[in-house]
Amino acid sequence: MKSAFAVENLSYAFGTQSVLKNLSFSVPQSDVFIIIGPNGAGKTTLIKLMVGILKIQTGQIEILQAPLGKYSQKRLAKALAYVPQGLPVGFPFTVEETVLLGRAPHQKVLGLASQNDLDIAQQAMAFTEVAHLARRKLDQLSGGEQQRVLIARALCQQPQVILLDEPTASLDLSHQIRIMDLMEKLKAERGVTVVMVSHDVNLAAMYGDRLLLLKDGEIVCLGSPNEVLNFKTLEEAYDCKLLVDISPLGDLPRVTVVPHKFLK
Amino acid sequence: MILNLQHHITRLIWISIILLVVLFIAFSLGLSIGPTHSGIRSAFSALFATNESDSILYSIVWRIRFPRVLLAAVVGATLSLGGLVFQALLRNPLAEPFILGISGGSAIGAIIGILLGLSRFPGICFTSFLGSLGTLALILVMSTGKSILRKDALLLSGVMVNAFCSAIIMFLVSITQDARLHNIIFWLMGDLSAADLPQVVILGAILIPCFMMVFVFSHAMNLLMMGKDMARTMGLNIKAVTLTLLIVTSFMVSATVSFSGLVGFVGLVIPHLLRLVLGPDHRSLVPACLFGGAAYLVLCDLLARTLPQQGEMPAGVVTALIGAPLFIILLKKSRK
Repeated sequence: MKSAFAVENLSYAFGTQSVLKNLSFSVPQSDVFIIIGPNGAGKTTLIKLMVGILKIQTGQIEILQAPLGKYSQKRLAKALAYVPQGLPVGFPFTVEETVLLGRAPHQKVLGLASQNDLDIAQQAMAFTEVAHLARRKLDQLSGGEQQRVLIARALCQQPQVILLDEPTASLDLSHQIRIMDLMEKLKAERGVTVVMVSHDVNLAAMYGDRLLLLKDGEIVCLGSPNEVLNFKTLEEAYDCKLLVDISPLGDLPRVTVVPHKFLK
Repeated sequence: MILNLQHHITRLIWISIILLVVLFIAFSLGLSIGPTHSGIRSAFSALFATNESDSILYSIVWRIRFPRVLLAAVVGATLSLGGLVFQALLRNPLAEPFILGISGGSAIGAIIGILLGLSRFPGICFTSFLGSLGTLALILVMSTGKSILRKDALLLSGVMVNAFCSAIIMFLVSITQDARLHNIIFWLMGDLSAADLPQVVILGAILIPCFMMVFVFSHAMNLLMMGKDMARTMGLNIKAVTLTLLIVTSFMVSATVSFSGLVGFVGLVIPHLLRLVLGPDHRSLVPACLFGGAAYLVLCDLLARTLPQQGEMPAGVVTALIGAPLFIILLKKSRK
């Protein structure tokens, strides 16, 4: 199977502090690939390197079989879209204006929207179920709605790969599931490769085709949820007591953190 | 339904027409009101007269009012646009055209020019322009490399440069005791009284390419609103856009300030007011700020020269007197 990403011997340091150490892995096309790991593991740094926000110091990243360095910024924006943590801090646009901004890589300098741009924006809003919010301002929406709008904006770029940094953070259970269902729909209906960072190992188990478990900038384990989410690897990565059993939903691991008071 | 291309253009034309009408009204009032009240029709007759029939009114309109109204319009447009650009670049609603310390640098330059007894043009204009370009160069050197893209670093550099310049200004003011002190204070509060038509034309010729350049980058400013990381992954060359806008805007504000002195609040109030009415799309806001800022300063300058029983007050006093309460009202309204 062709790879959406091929990462080879990737290392990165902020000054003298090494954040990523010699990572090598690949992400098959049309997979949901989830990067998990404790705080400070280097997940966000890795995803920022993969989208070209941070410059590669050592190693190589290939996107859709071409080295990242060969992509112009516009071409890269057509190949992949990124949804970072948190919300835009500028003056808020309406939902439809925000979504339409995603057409920027396909537009000329003033970003005037053609009928094709408008159709794609409408489809993206319908796909992420935010069409009914079109005229609302982004800052007037709930966290889950805002996240869906930002994903619609990313879809407007018509990317082959979408990368998201903790898209379910601070969302309630129903919104978490809604976002993750959306990711699965993206993969199934549009063949988009989804790469995301998550802190929720159970969501990762339910939705990830492949998981990458990082700790201190190094790969602890890479593989299917059943391969990655086992007692040994998780305890090594998270340094706390865990129970791993089989989910009642099927052949999936289920992870339960054991609080200190239950250890007696 | 999302606005299509035709709607975008129609909207842009309508906004421009409405604000142009407001500007035209302000312009007409500015031309016709003064110690020698002429009425709008006579003022326009004098403006378009070929045989100089009423030579006094002709002189007043052509030598005093028209250059002054034109300078007020150009300065208002530039400061308003400057505020808009810095608010977008720094994603900070409190940003204004002087935020990077340009005001401090140009004030030092102007005061030195006044103390040296130079003429208003080109002498003081030139020293003031040099002063502001000096601060811009200092900011760019201080924020070399990646920190130019860090808005906090840029903002703090500006605050520090401004604070340092304020100390020098106070020192220069404290050692000045003769009539030049009055000139310095008028300059610091914004003074449009020395407008001269050829000078204003030169200023306009410098500024028009800058305005066009900012308009070309208006959609880039929209993308910047989504944050640096998202904008970059939407294909925007953040460094090129930031540096270009920073330099072009600082240059046009420097050029303007060297003619008008420090006129405050225009760059803060007008972009906010228009954003509240028109939304955050910079493709509409850039022309709107140009016309809206121009109209605002023309009207403020009209009040500055007609309100006092004798003489006149600096335009910056009126822009602040109206601008500060207006800004508070706008803030309350935008919170709702």
